Amino acid sequence: MSSTKYILGLFEDPDEMMDGIHLLQQNSVPIYDVYTPMPIHGIEAKLGIKDSRIGYAAFMFGCLGGTVIFSIIYYAMVHDWPMDIGGKPAFAVPDYIPITFEWTVLYTAFGSAFTFFFSTHLFPGRTPRVMDFRATNDRFVIAIDAKGNTPHEDITNLLKEAGAVEVKHNDRKYVSYE
Amino acid sequence: MSSHSESIIREPLITGTNITYAQITEDVLRPVEKMPGKAWWIGFTVASMGATLWVFAVSYTFWYGIGSWGLNKTIGWAWDITGFVWWVGIGHAGTLISAILLLFRQKWRNSINRSAEAMTIFAVICAASYVVSHMGRPWMALYTLPIPNQYGSLWVNFNSPLVWDVFAVSTYFSVSLVFWYTGLLPDIATIRDRSKGGLHRKIYSIMSFGWTGSVKTWQRFETVSLILAGVATPLVLSVHSIVSMDFATSLEPGWHTTIFPPYFVAGAVFSGFAMVQTLLLITRKVLGLENYITMFHIEAMNKIIILTGSIVMVAYCTEFFIAYYSQVEYEQYAFLNRYFGPYWWASWSMFCCNCVIPQVLWFKKVRRSIPATWILSIIINIGMWFERFVIIVTSLHRDYLPSSWAMFYPTWVDVSVFVGSLGVFFTLFLLFIRVLPSIAIAEVKLLVKGSSEQEKRKILEAGHADPAQAQFYKEALRKFDSIDITEYEKV
Repeated sequence: MSSTKYILGLFEDPDEMMDGIHLLQQNSVPIYDVYTPMPIHGIEAKLGIKDSRIGYAAFMFGCLGGTVIFSIIYYAMVHDWPMDIGGKPAFAVPDYIPITFEWTVLYTAFGSAFTFFFSTHLFPGRTPRVMDFRATNDRFVIAIDAKGNTPHEDITNLLKEAGAVEVKHNDRKYVSYE
Repeated sequence: MSSHSESIIREPLITGTNITYAQITEDVLRPVEKMPGKAWWIGFTVASMGATLWVFAVSYTFWYGIGSWGLNKTIGWAWDITGFVWWVGIGHAGTLISAILLLFRQKWRNSINRSAEAMTIFAVICAASYVVSHMGRPWMALYTLPIPNQYGSLWVNFNSPLVWDVFAVSTYFSVSLVFWYTGLLPDIATIRDRSKGGLHRKIYSIMSFGWTGSVKTWQRFETVSLILAGVATPLVLSVHSIVSMDFATSLEPGWHTTIFPPYFVAGAVFSGFAMVQTLLLITRKVLGLENYITMFHIEAMNKIIILTGSIVMVAYCTEFFIAYYSQVEYEQYAFLNRYFGPYWWASWSMFCCNCVIPQVLWFKKVRRSIPATWILSIIINIGMWFERFVIIVTSLHRDYLPSSWAMFYPTWVDVSVFVGSLGVFFTLFLLFIRVLPSIAIAEVKLLVKGSSEQEKRKILEAGHADPAQAQFYKEALRKFDSIDITEYEKV
């Protein structure tokens, strides 16, 4: 039994990589993941990845931010320490709009960014789980879990047929950073 | 694939004949990976001397109080708030490029958004420093926040535009920072993966948050970018609107006008784009990025400058007309005094620099000339500084009570804080281009297929283009300084 853990197909061209995905799927080879130096539209649909739900999170964070600051303003200006400014009402809603808006934006931005970091497991200091160093530069990489997907030769040939410039049989899942 | 191809009559966004994905990485990362050249060191030395002056002048202000500035009882706001509004305004172009142009799907933003956004962040830092140093005692900044305190609690007055400003500027800064940094992650990962190891790799590894570029990461990244652009767009409009309300909600003649919010926003974008031109024209030359920041970009930005400049001009005229039409004698006096009083030279400098001189941008030849664009960008920066000075000082120095009329004379501290803040800005910008990619590498790579000169050339060479359109396209290429037009004669 070979010690290969992951098979990587390295492409120079995103269109050829799309052909590679297509060819592998036609031959019922499951794809582990695809790594690209830039966003390539259409892969999500091919790999059956659902639309991101970060938008819903962003909406809820926005509502939260608006509510929080409006409550703070209401508490300070109306409940805790109402001020008599020329006899005008303390509960002056139009004056509260700018700050309520700012915090709605603030919470939406931070909420959606942190949801993104959380759901994608990104945080400062996380060990980068890189399969190939050139995937962030000029290579479009299709990764296939070698276990159970045999024969490896067939997969190599499929990738080559689609136009892969290099096919790697890696014994380790990630390129070590240590 | 056919889906990439873009109409041949659209001008290319990347020029050069041998642009590969690897080449883009190489070109953009050269200043980050190699030791900086002489130009960078000269710039950095001068800029950091400016920054040192800033540290000295601001420390002097804190030590001796703002009595060391030229302010008096009549003119309580002058160079400091002028500087604040000027810097906040400069920041606006970055957000316009990164957020608004993203929503409008303007692909040319891809190669200028990163540095413009960095500029936003550094400009807001300079702006915020003015507000804090104007407090005289910097720890007083704490009292602008609604934090429970020992006075009872004595809350901030949420009805005040100055408090709105605290919220607007701090939100603007932090949202811009998040937007900028999220966009940087893939490019920091590129630096990390090309690093030779050691401390260099470790630092970029920490900063990259472990980015790998998997499908899901990119998909969510694009969603988040769109959301951030969506919220940053109304945010940037709100920020300068609120800055303008610092003036507009007062009862001061010359300030108390409803035109201020749109007028300030247009002026902000106007001055911001001028600053982008000032910086990018030099950056592109020094870092050799002519293939990515092309003549198309320069001309497109010049068109935005002439548009927003015209809005500003209309606003000046409207203000003047409304002062007459209102029949309020104080308002009328404020505007006559502005142009014909003791500060006439400031007002006319403003009018010439912002309204008269930029009209030359209607000429194609000027829009496409790099030296002319650069000189104009400096003129506009000066003009917009004068605009804020004129609005603030000429309105204050003669208000309702003639016995308190006064003049404003800046002291060396005023001047040093301003010159120093320029030093801080350029120091931060130079450090930025040294340690981080000044162009969004991943986003520029998206343009290689379809929008690059070489792809369009392939279409021409294959004879797929309509002859009339091909001719049109070749004519359009003449303006690019990075394209050798003679090569197209045989195509």
